[in-house]
Amino acid sequence: MNTAASLWSAVVVSGIYHGVNPGMGWPLAVSAALMARNAGNLYKALAALAVGHLLAMAAILFPFSALMILVEWQVQIQTGAALLVIALGVYLLINRRHPRFLARVPPSRLALWSFLAAMAHGAGLMLVPIYLGICGTLETDAGHAAAYSLMWNNATAALAVALAHTGAMVLAGGAIAVGVYYWLGLSFLQKSWFNLDLIWALSLILVGSIALITAH
Amino acid sequence: MNLRPDPTFYPTPQMAMQAPVETLAFTLMLSPDGSQPDGLAVVDVDPNSDTYGQIVHSLFMPNKGDEFHHFGWNACSSALSPLTGHAFLERRYLIIPGIRSSRIYIIDVKEPLKAKIHKIIEPEELKAKTGYSRPHTIHCGPEGIYVSTLGGGGEDGTDGPPGIFIMNCETFEILGRYEMDRGAQEKHYDFWWNLPRDYMVSSEWGLPPQFENGVVPEDLLSNKYGHSIHFWDLRARKNIQTIDLGENHQMALEIRPAHDPAKEYGFCGVVVDTTNLQGAIFTWWRKEDGTFEAKKTVTIDPVPADADDLPELLKGFGAVPPLVTDIDLSLDDKYLYVACWGLGEMHQYDVSDPMNPVLAGKVEIGGIVKKTPHPNGKDFGYGPQMVEISRDGKRVYWTNSLYSTWDDQFYPGDRGAAMVCADVGTNGGLTLNENFWVEFPEGYRSHQIRLEGGDCSTDSFCYPSV
Repeated sequence: MNTAASLWSAVVVSGIYHGVNPGMGWPLAVSAALMARNAGNLYKALAALAVGHLLAMAAILFPFSALMILVEWQVQIQTGAALLVIALGVYLLINRRHPRFLARVPPSRLALWSFLAAMAHGAGLMLVPIYLGICGTLETDAGHAAAYSLMWNNATAALAVALAHTGAMVLAGGAIAVGVYYWLGLSFLQKSWFNLDLIWALSLILVGSIALITAH
Repeated sequence: MNLRPDPTFYPTPQMAMQAPVETLAFTLMLSPDGSQPDGLAVVDVDPNSDTYGQIVHSLFMPNKGDEFHHFGWNACSSALSPLTGHAFLERRYLIIPGIRSSRIYIIDVKEPLKAKIHKIIEPEELKAKTGYSRPHTIHCGPEGIYVSTLGGGGEDGTDGPPGIFIMNCETFEILGRYEMDRGAQEKHYDFWWNLPRDYMVSSEWGLPPQFENGVVPEDLLSNKYGHSIHFWDLRARKNIQTIDLGENHQMALEIRPAHDPAKEYGFCGVVVDTTNLQGAIFTWWRKEDGTFEAKKTVTIDPVPADADDLPELLKGFGAVPPLVTDIDLSLDDKYLYVACWGLGEMHQYDVSDPMNPVLAGKVEIGGIVKKTPHPNGKDFGYGPQMVEISRDGKRVYWTNSLYSTWDDQFYPGDRGAAMVCADVGTNGGLTLNENFWVEFPEGYRSHQIRLEGGDCSTDSFCYPSV
């Protein structure tokens, strides 16, 4: 597998990882359908969660895509981003408290909740090193291209990364939500909900570290 | 923090009903004159045990004069809320406020027979951080542990209105007041909510000078106790509607919403109607447009009595008022239990149709005039008061003290603590269990009961029963 292919699979795998994590919202889709006694609400809730997650990805990736036009600073940017991701991982490792502001979001605002949950847990930031790697693979084709087309390529890549990641997230989370709603029942929630706080923080550190090593 | 959700957290009320039955109960003991420290009794409620019905462990506090009343858990089924992600808390600590001292004890009951004090929050800290006093009802919710208070600031608790404050659910640090806009709310008592629908309901007893030294008859007869219930936008922390039940409906106390969050109704008990001495239950519900309504759905009549059989306070009325002082709803939302503390009766209403409750069962025990003994022949002092239902709905436990100074007015003299259990028939009906009788230490009275692993007045559920 070449670099581009492995980076794109990392985008999809991280999407699946976010999707199956109850903390990113699939139980809300089950709850929405049960409360309304209408399966349609499950899909509406999933759509709202997807929109929020997509926006959170975009809000993090686009600023980096703009930065990447500074081609000669590429290594520094990658190093900085990797350090940022590691720093967040270390912070989440030390501070295990849950962000209180999420508790103030009303249950009717699922997209906002999903956006804030992804931001608070650094779900977008986790993608940054992977995304920067993908920009690097694009660069070989566009090495001598004008700044404008470089920016365009980076922006399209950011959009593609956000879409692929969110798509994988919604499919994975949606599959579990549908499974629980129709077949598995809510006891699945009790049995399958693992405390991922530690693993999540470690994944951020891992992604950052790999990026740090490969950037140099 | 656990790696998996605490096994005593249940997504739905139905799943909680199917859980293993309780083997232990926690009951508060109070020293009515403050001569001894208050305590927590761990009671064996496992019928197969040799110590069935006995206190198997007691923990007494290092202070006197706290007056224990209500209490609750640090975490309940609300931790499974998909919005807050606190699923890995442990149901491990009991939060016990002193209603008279304003001191709060955090008791670690991970090993119930070795229950120990984990933390004490002194009254000064509570007052400095919230401006509230006389902490009361405990519920675990989206932002941590919510605690209602009956008093505001100042020595007598009348400097500013009482309200709710929030505590961190892991460190038990007091975070501050809950209310951002309290609207017309000036008194407080109980509160509960519907978490997925994002609303809260609160009720009113009276201000501290109206209860601490006993009921004030002039205030009661001029309808100065609480008679409104308040509806809140839970997460916006805003009072969105106040319903006045009518000023004659004095003391709107316990709020019991349907446990199934898909249902948008609940109940509230009213102690006494000053026009006719009736006790009452109101049903409240949320309408399509998001506003609320309430209607009186149960009335319980007073019973005429000879003045000689009545305490000073009631002699002029020639009747015993029912005094509806506590209510509790089974987890299937089917039976509402109503304690008639004055009459000495525990009523069981079938509330399958919440607008038309039907009396399904009744137990007579204690009472101002009737003084019905327990089937085991022992005297049951006072009347049925704090009531708790097992998760499966098959057993109902209750104690007999209301509040130290009020006990003395309605039931002069010391009549002893009690805790009894009644069995629920398959099609309703209520029968006292002859074999269950708890002996409490001398000089104590008993108040609220909590069951190991959660019960019908602690846990808030985030998913509907299917």
